[in-house]
Amino acid sequence: MINLPENELNLAFTASEPTVLSQPNFWRRAGRSLLHDPVALCSFAFIALLAVVAIFAPLIAPYDPLRQFSNGLSYVGAPVSPNGHFLLGTDASGRDVLSRLIFGARVSLLVGVVATGLASLIGVVIGTVAGYVGGVTESILMRFTDMVLSFPILLFCVALIAVTGPSTRNVVLVIAFAYWTYLARVVRGQVLSIKEREFVNAARTLGVGHVKIIRKHIIPHLIPTIIVYATLGVATSILIEASLSFLGIGVPLPQASWGEMIYEGQQYFQSAPWLLVAPGVALILTVLAFNLAGDWLTDILDPAVQEMGS
Amino acid sequence: MKTPARDVPLKVEGLKVYFRVRRAFGKARAIKAVDDVSFELRSGETLGIAGESGSGKSSVARSLVQLTRPTGGTISLAGAPVTNLTGQRLKRFRRRMQMVYQDPYDSLDPRMSVHDAIGEALSVRGLPKAEHKSEVVQLLERVKLPATVAERYPNQLSGGQRQRVSIARALAVNPEIIICDEAVAALDVSIRAQVLNLLKDIQHDTGVGYLFISHDLSTLRFMADHVAIMYVGRIVEHGTSEEVFSNPQHPYTRALIAAVPSVTSRGHRRLKLSGEPPDPGNPPAGCPFHTRCPEAIDQCRTERPELVTFDGAQTVACHVVQLGRARVAASGETA
Repeated sequence: MINLPENELNLAFTASEPTVLSQPNFWRRAGRSLLHDPVALCSFAFIALLAVVAIFAPLIAPYDPLRQFSNGLSYVGAPVSPNGHFLLGTDASGRDVLSRLIFGARVSLLVGVVATGLASLIGVVIGTVAGYVGGVTESILMRFTDMVLSFPILLFCVALIAVTGPSTRNVVLVIAFAYWTYLARVVRGQVLSIKEREFVNAARTLGVGHVKIIRKHIIPHLIPTIIVYATLGVATSILIEASLSFLGIGVPLPQASWGEMIYEGQQYFQSAPWLLVAPGVALILTVLAFNLAGDWLTDILDPAVQEMGS
Repeated sequence: MKTPARDVPLKVEGLKVYFRVRRAFGKARAIKAVDDVSFELRSGETLGIAGESGSGKSSVARSLVQLTRPTGGTISLAGAPVTNLTGQRLKRFRRRMQMVYQDPYDSLDPRMSVHDAIGEALSVRGLPKAEHKSEVVQLLERVKLPATVAERYPNQLSGGQRQRVSIARALAVNPEIIICDEAVAALDVSIRAQVLNLLKDIQHDTGVGYLFISHDLSTLRFMADHVAIMYVGRIVEHGTSEEVFSNPQHPYTRALIAAVPSVTSRGHRRLKLSGEPPDPGNPPAGCPFHTRCPEAIDQCRTERPELVTFDGAQTVACHVVQLGRARVAASGETA
């Protein structure tokens, strides 16, 4: 027998080993990174502000977004420019632009978040099943994904809306049905590599069932990817919703939505540019914030960085 | 030390593992990772399998735990064939044969605490969740880890500790056989010795059988009761540890043993190995070792040698060795 002092325990427990992934450290690292990244910090702050505005829209908005003010139109019937009474002016129907903008944020966020959530769910399920099961199942699922993916996303949505009819629910479903493909492909690729890892084999040889392996060993490793894609997906969904509303087939009138506001505003942009600028800027800032937040999340949740040294 | 004539829990006969490889614009061809391998493993004993990388050692291990389906041959555990199990029967079988993997950095899920990793195995065994905590502590104790390790994540542990956790996880389902696929290859030499001693202690206490796969002959000499040497998917020499290490016959075995750095080099019939092992997708005709064998004769280039009993439990697949024995026998008759 070889006899050696049992020094391994002492060594490993006293020496401070690099612990990159341990939970508390991760959050501290994330927080520190956020503080040193003003762009990401502003993005998250803006998203938080937007969420607050959307949730408490009736409390924050100065007026009812649908109310047509008699003093909201000039004596020739033109929109009133921003003033002390109407901070962002009024639109061609004499409605307060700021109130409509605030209520429009509700539509944008609702559509963005719900559609992306739905798309993520479909994408993760299909991608995981395809990657894990493989074989014919994978071929069928992925060819179907490719088929959906091959349509230009906006045209695809327009066609679907034309069939289903415009309503907020249909807009959400249509966007979800067009966007899940991106996640499905990425998830499938990740699952293919995760399922070859030794700890998955170890679980299999223990006799752990497939469903449990997927739930306990595969999905947790997909979460960073899902978060990143979902964040970017919210931005995309908001843009698609605005585009659909701009084309007149999105959220039905007279409900306020940014896309619809831009559509109405374009007719008056020479005499009343605030009708375009207000929803346009809101849209740009929102999409930018979600994209920048997504970029930051990509960096902080990058599995290569995260599992380095483990 | 060991009582003879034990029951034979694991019997492998004519095991074949072929992989089909398809090239673009080419025909599919089979890579014979394991070709006609047979061995037995008694409980409480250790069978060592040695060979260079690509010799099919790991494919043997993976087909035993059914991570890859064997192409042919039979595997039986305690007399019952286990080669083509599915569903619940496969699950029940898997508990009886466990594996400790080579890479301690990949064989534990980085997102699962030690408690959860071992608890997963306990759930497979059907132990209620309430009893997990105490059982995990007991298992950790058995692999000589403090109970505090249970709350840690793999990246907070050293390689040796992770490998101990892997062993504890394997033990959690009370297996009859544990396959150690290069289980200590990634560890420092001092820690390696500790883990090997630990494995020996566990075997002594539980009577578990080890299939110990390693490219490191000194590890095998320390651990194994029987040794099989593999070359390009086949066993070329097989016998008790004593027979193979003190009286190696196959030129490949001799070369491997000669390559082990040793303070007291015996240097008898020393062989040096050059070149690479042949491509298992396109093995040479005859004896697969003839391309590197300094003693190859014409027969080796055309005819594949079979495993033939040399002495006692020792079997060798080599024409030259057989020829030598025939000559000795002939001279003995004439004398």
